[in-house]
Amino acid sequence: MGQWRRRTRASPALRARRRRETLRTVAFLSPWLIGTGLFFIYPLITTAWLSFSHYDGFNSPTWVGLTNWHYVFTAYPFFWPAMRNTLWFVVVLVTARVITGLALGMLVLKIKRGSTLLRTLFYAPFLAPPVAGTLAFVFLLNPGTGAVNQLFAKLGLPQPGWFTSPAWSKPALTLLALWGVGDLMVIFMASLLDVPRELYEAAELDGAGAVNRFRHVTLPHLRPIIGFAVITGVIATMQYYTQPLVAGQVASGQIGGSGQQVEPGYPDGSTLTLPQLVYNLGFQRFDIGSACVVAMVLFVFSMVFAAFLMRRRSGFMGED
Amino acid sequence: MTAATAPAREPSTRMKSALQWIALHVFAIAAVLFFVLPFVFVILTAVMSDQQSLTGDLWPKPFVWHNLVDVWHTAGFATWWRNTLIYAVVGTVLTLLSSIPVAYALACFRFRGRNIAMMAVIATMMLPPQVAIIPLYLVWSKDFGLTGTLWPLIIPMAFGDAFSIFLLRQFMLTVPRDYLEAAKVDGCSDLQILLRVVIPMVRPAIAAVGLFQFFYCWNDYFGPQIYTSENPAAWTLSYGLQSFKSAHHTNWNLTMAATLLVMAPVIIIFFLAQKAFIEGVALTGVKG
Repeated sequence: MGQWRRRTRASPALRARRRRETLRTVAFLSPWLIGTGLFFIYPLITTAWLSFSHYDGFNSPTWVGLTNWHYVFTAYPFFWPAMRNTLWFVVVLVTARVITGLALGMLVLKIKRGSTLLRTLFYAPFLAPPVAGTLAFVFLLNPGTGAVNQLFAKLGLPQPGWFTSPAWSKPALTLLALWGVGDLMVIFMASLLDVPRELYEAAELDGAGAVNRFRHVTLPHLRPIIGFAVITGVIATMQYYTQPLVAGQVASGQIGGSGQQVEPGYPDGSTLTLPQLVYNLGFQRFDIGSACVVAMVLFVFSMVFAAFLMRRRSGFMGED
Repeated sequence: MTAATAPAREPSTRMKSALQWIALHVFAIAAVLFFVLPFVFVILTAVMSDQQSLTGDLWPKPFVWHNLVDVWHTAGFATWWRNTLIYAVVGTVLTLLSSIPVAYALACFRFRGRNIAMMAVIATMMLPPQVAIIPLYLVWSKDFGLTGTLWPLIIPMAFGDAFSIFLLRQFMLTVPRDYLEAAKVDGCSDLQILLRVVIPMVRPAIAAVGLFQFFYCWNDYFGPQIYTSENPAAWTLSYGLQSFKSAHHTNWNLTMAATLLVMAPVIIIFFLAQKAFIEGVALTGVKG
């Protein structure tokens, strides 16, 4: 007998129940629904609109089409340095953090005695407030009197200018970022522990040395988590703001704050990042339209990477 | 008994493992130094005298413990502490109160658009704050006149935090369906199920999320810079610390003392709540 479905109308009771359930769902989701509308959708649309307007924060905004976009991409002197720096940070910082986090995770797991203490010590700096950590590192890497350069001098090594040198400022920031790698280390440790012991034993019996065991047993298992760490790291690095800003201001001895002209990205624009431009354009130059252009660039990049993340992690949604 | 029962440990294998042991521990020591020395130097410099901090000396002579007291009494420091505490505590409580129901709905209710909602949560997690800041600042300052206060920072936390929702939801997914069904059969409303069944079972995740949110607020620099910079009475520790450095430009000893006072509470809380914390971080990797 053919099975053909007939569209029957649900009974009133069922419809009432469904309506109740929908109401209930909306009720529980309401804080987030409202929040997303207020703090995500509304600002996004407004930022996009303002990027096409001339607005100084006081007089009414006026539509100027692509003028701001043209300005930011061709005439604003800080945009391309900031793009290059952000790219530098994304490539170097993320790679260095992932490798270091993994290495430290494996190290802590290998050293059985005192591993809890090690884990605590390596994780703690991650919690240090970014401003505090940046100040500590600017102090330690002070070219003249800092402890690091003093040690280098004693060892007869060259003493880089660190935060005062355009060539060394980004590596200095990388060191600071590595100091806070504890969160990645812990995540990797959890994944490393997930690798089934038997696979290592089987590999060892087959005569695989440590390097091969790592390549053929550990790495394949860690691929998803490494992917996750890379993508979330890229997204976080696109938002890299506080450390480069504070480091530049402190190392240059200039005072920041709204409206005061501080040389952005000291020294020589080497610590400029895209998020800093939004602050500079919007809150120091009062060129809100252009600030929104940069904000839109940031948004597009972030969503592209977010899309990457969601595609890779097919199991992201969880069981249904 | 033959020699095949155990592999012979040739001298070269023994040497190799001894070398490996040494290399491993050398790395460990180097790593420990890298992670710990910054703290040590901050502490040492914090208790140096004004003149000594200008030199390259590493060991305080004499120990000026009074620096810490002086910095604490510096105009504003106690205020910054109070503001940061308010921001962090109220923010965390509001985040939990608003995020838990949302996570619960996303984990335990079945409805059309559930996956889309989840993707939207993840999308908002990835949004840089700088994208939204300008329109929001304009609204807070022109329409509400609330810039120069903590309100623009605290109020949004009453509407759920994407990362918290995400983490809580992943954890709630592990609550077995049977428990939920059983409670429903017993006549519990959805709210009751949340309060009596789900929340007790996801306590570690709630603790972890609470701690994360607390530290996020405590360490936040961008938010306070944008919204409170015009009013020193509303400054938080992060912003205040940076302005402190500007004011005490060459007195690194005082700046390090201030830095120490800003870092200390965070580190202390961490040591006390270590287990919950690190488990929570591991969760983000495993469940994320």
